[in-house]
Amino acid sequence: MADTAEQTGSKTLKMDEPLLSKRRRKIVTDPLNDDNPITIQVLGICSALAVTVKLEPTLIMSIAVIFVIVFSNLIISLMRNIIPNRVRIIVMLAVIASLVTLVSEVLKAYNYEMFKVLGAFVGLIITNCIIMGRLEAFAMGNKAYDSILDGFGSGFGYAWVILAVAFFRELLGSGSIFDFKVFEAVGLAGFPNNGLMVDSIGAFMVLGIIIWVQRSKTGYVEN
Amino acid sequence: MRQSNTYVILFTIGLTVVVAGVLSSASQLLAPAQKRSIEFDTKSQILGAVMELEKGMDVLAIYDDRIKSLVVNLDGEEVTENQNGDPIIAENVSVEGNFKRPKEERLYPVFKFINADDPEKVEAYILPVFGSGLWDRIWGFIALDEDFVAIKGVSFAHRAETPGLGARISSEQIQDRYIGKKVYDDDGNLVSVEMVKGEKGGNAYADDPHKVDGLSGATITARGVNDMLENYLNYYESYIEKVKSGEQVASIED
Repeated sequence: MADTAEQTGSKTLKMDEPLLSKRRRKIVTDPLNDDNPITIQVLGICSALAVTVKLEPTLIMSIAVIFVIVFSNLIISLMRNIIPNRVRIIVMLAVIASLVTLVSEVLKAYNYEMFKVLGAFVGLIITNCIIMGRLEAFAMGNKAYDSILDGFGSGFGYAWVILAVAFFRELLGSGSIFDFKVFEAVGLAGFPNNGLMVDSIGAFMVLGIIIWVQRSKTGYVEN
Repeated sequence: MRQSNTYVILFTIGLTVVVAGVLSSASQLLAPAQKRSIEFDTKSQILGAVMELEKGMDVLAIYDDRIKSLVVNLDGEEVTENQNGDPIIAENVSVEGNFKRPKEERLYPVFKFINADDPEKVEAYILPVFGSGLWDRIWGFIALDEDFVAIKGVSFAHRAETPGLGARISSEQIQDRYIGKKVYDDDGNLVSVEMVKGEKGGNAYADDPHKVDGLSGATITARGVNDMLENYLNYYESYIEKVKSGEQVASIED
């Protein structure tokens, strides 16, 4: 299995490795920029397009995804030595789906307003390729603590990109930030809203520009 | 051992049991809170048709204080019990569920917004409406004054109308256009209120009591709103006529 190399690698480091060693810091920081799940790996695009019309639902979505990815990483990592290889994808799906259902139920109970807005999209976290990808690529071969860090890294990597997209879409499409009317507050009440930005097309454009800026800085080229 | 069929089967059974246990207990634990949320949401929507609701208001208390509800059928007769003899509660009547049945078999809830001081005096009748927008269902509540003529307010909601276009029906800006419009003409004929095609903006159609300014880029959603209002006002017409003629709304047991 692919995880043996990783495992022996971390075994030699065990015990004397500080809680936030360089290697562990890298696990968290890599997905924020150099290995960003959305802009570099181009995963999780569907939700990046769907929920980013306004910041508030985007924030809730980010928290939900971070919760699901951290805990599914943790659970799968703890179970990695007892999961039968042939059904591992189904096991991962069951874990993700349970966590997503929990998030959805909690939202329905305590923030019904957001549940109505996000409804279907929270359920679709199950199909968010980022989470499945991290479980298969990382949690199946790494220890619990590292997996949690990896979950936070990927989760925040996802969150900052969709929040950035939502910021521009809400600002230009609805003229507000977190439903606070910005243009009216600065005395530009007549500033026209851009209808394109509330459409999915707006998300494609903003996302494309973010990827462009990021890649021109990091020099990343797809091979 | 980890790859044997027996192990795989036992593992998946175990996993299923654990997952099912976790999810069903979560569902049980959260059920009361969810019920409260849904109740809060429904009552906010009903009250939203007649008053401005702000965050943090005790909607449930206001509702208990100001709303009296009943359920009528297509003939305008009050229905208090279902076939099994269980009482029918207006707040629990699913307008969407009833929408799927033929109109003669549907239940039509009526919410009376009563005067704060005189509970016998009805200030507004709030009626639910339901229909189809461009992509999915749209629904809402329309509040009529005590004569069933002028609109005191509406609240519309939608499931999947296009953001920025059809989805604007749930915004205050659009809903305020309905205030003061009339659903009956001067001769007493039910004419409903039509949202026109195209958007003029400003105070357009201020002098036409049966028209409101349209939604730019959302003609089909607007048409859905028109149909929804017209249909449901017609369904409630017998009840409206009965109340207007001062007749005691007869109570029958369905």
